[in-house]
Amino acid sequence: MLSTLASAADPTPMAAPKPLIEVQDLKVHFFTRDGVVRAVDGVDYGVNPGETLGIVGESGSGKTVSSLAMLRLVPPPARTVGGRILFEGEDLLTRTPKQMAALRGRRIAMIFQNPATSLNPIYSIGAQLSEILVWHEKASRRQAEERVAELLNLVGITDPLTRLRQFPHELSGGMKQRVGIARALLCNPALVLADEPTTALDVTIQAQILELLADLQARFHMSMVLVTHDMGVVARMANRITVMYAGRVCETADAATIFSAPQHPYTRALLESMPRIDQSYSRGARQKLPTIAGRPPNLLNPPAGCRFHDRCPEAIADCRRILPVETAIAPGHTVSCIRRGSPGIAA
Amino acid sequence: MSALLEVDSLSKRYPVTRRGLFRARQYSEIRAVHNVSFRIEAGETLGLVGESGCGKTTTARAILNLVEPSEGVVRFQGRDIVPLFKENDRTKVLQVRRSLQYVFQDPWLSLNPRWTIGETLKEPLRVHRPEAPETWGARVEELLRMVGLEPHHAWRYPHEFSGGQRQRVGIARALAIEPRLLILDEPVSSLDVSVRAQILNLLVELQDRLGLTYLYISHDLSSVRFISTHVAVMYLGKLVEIGQVDALFTRPRHHYTRALLSAIPMPQPGAANTRIVLQGEVPSALRRPSGCPFHPRCAAALPVCAEREPLLTAAAGDDHRMACHNPT
Repeated sequence: MLSTLASAADPTPMAAPKPLIEVQDLKVHFFTRDGVVRAVDGVDYGVNPGETLGIVGESGSGKTVSSLAMLRLVPPPARTVGGRILFEGEDLLTRTPKQMAALRGRRIAMIFQNPATSLNPIYSIGAQLSEILVWHEKASRRQAEERVAELLNLVGITDPLTRLRQFPHELSGGMKQRVGIARALLCNPALVLADEPTTALDVTIQAQILELLADLQARFHMSMVLVTHDMGVVARMANRITVMYAGRVCETADAATIFSAPQHPYTRALLESMPRIDQSYSRGARQKLPTIAGRPPNLLNPPAGCRFHDRCPEAIADCRRILPVETAIAPGHTVSCIRRGSPGIAA
Repeated sequence: MSALLEVDSLSKRYPVTRRGLFRARQYSEIRAVHNVSFRIEAGETLGLVGESGCGKTTTARAILNLVEPSEGVVRFQGRDIVPLFKENDRTKVLQVRRSLQYVFQDPWLSLNPRWTIGETLKEPLRVHRPEAPETWGARVEELLRMVGLEPHHAWRYPHEFSGGQRQRVGIARALAIEPRLLILDEPVSSLDVSVRAQILNLLVELQDRLGLTYLYISHDLSSVRFISTHVAVMYLGKLVEIGQVDALFTRPRHHYTRALLSAIPMPQPGAANTRIVLQGEVPSALRRPSGCPFHPRCAAALPVCAEREPLLTAAAGDDHRMACHNPT
């Protein structure tokens, strides 16, 4: 049974681009007093050169932790306990701390969620941004400041020479996030990890920042991983989308497919449960939103089998027993659900 | 038809002071809420939207006198309630509070961590129904069932609950004394998408069952579209547009409303063709622009917009009003 499914689902080998970074069977566990929390438990995804991969999921799905693992920045008590992270052909998990330090901020950079806390309040914008260039590229202070001013200008900050002398508290939230973006781009990274880059911002400012990010990405041909819980933001920004639930990947496909033909029951339920601003919910036939019953599992003791089975409308007895393994159901579309033909590992 | 709640020219100003030699001197003021008027009929839901700092929460708090309004009238069931709070007559204040309840944004901060859920739910009964303590237990059970929890949850503490369950407790607490109107301040903003839908459904169900009226405050326009019958949009302390939900979402008249709606990324790839990206940011309330507060960022601004502040006038029918010199 499993073998026939697997062969039917063989990924097509046609002109698949070589991913810039590839996360394979990544496992990040938190070793807490209460036990081991399996926050990321066997996750695979890859980012192709020049593309934006959106990682969506609810809190606790492992989307942030798995992206921090790419920079080897998972905070204690978490440890990366398994898997490989191939970046430009090398496994980042085997690199020395010194090698990682040389990579962070230069080849892989990060844009953080909260611009208010990710900038150092006691250094001027110029000082903290040029430090990166002095460190990574052995630039002189003056060269560094020139480059910083150039980037501030590029991210839409007017009068960059004045801003260099200002401190974070003198800037608005939107401006701080622009500085955060400029900081990430200083060394022309190949990959930018953006973790909820607009969640702390108002919608009109969010629109500005998203436009800026899309524009810069196209201009510098960077790859980007965009971690968010907002389906609207990924629809706007991502070429491909990975949906995560309870430390596992449910589904990965190009953005259009995720929205028009989602296959995993969780992806479907997630999309259906969001009210839409372009739909009328007038009285009379007062509709209800379709909901996902229950709540996400406790990862100290995740359910056996598929982690979504107890909330899944399509669950069958086997779902309680068999952990589904991601498999391709169409070129570029992988799903991990035994009801969609994924093979599985019996518990 | 008389409105259940009528807010008329409500303003809240905060003085801005500078330490002088002997005492603080006021040299300016912030108009957090400026001349806001709207009405909510019984059974309706008014969605109050706007970006952070636009004054939507201050408006709600001023209605309940959690901040004292500087000016204006708040009529509840036809009676001005602002003087009642000023007189500070406990029985009258309790009477108003019994009908007007508030559900807070953050279910992590708004429940006392050292009280069991049962104690939290009994507190409003202790204040408002002191004469019949023997009924409290049964009422707590009823409330828990009403919001989709179990009676045995009364013995638990807030830390044992998820965000969604805590928000259910917050709603139950507000419902304890059978209010007519609930002010819901971002009740689903801190919740995950799948839980958000459950709470929105619960609010709709409770409204139908108990005949409640809602003032629903949010910056999340999709949930506003779902739950509201009417929507009011605020910008820099001012109401810029108000109307029926479908009319306002499909045919917004104020340029700010249009920009706000188009700024929301749609969960649909490639849908973003008519996006209006506003330039600049909301000015500080300390440096409120002259005339229409939106004119420095408005693409359709006329010279008059910098001079005269537009008043809220009928746009299409009596129901839809907006404050703009050059509407779309």
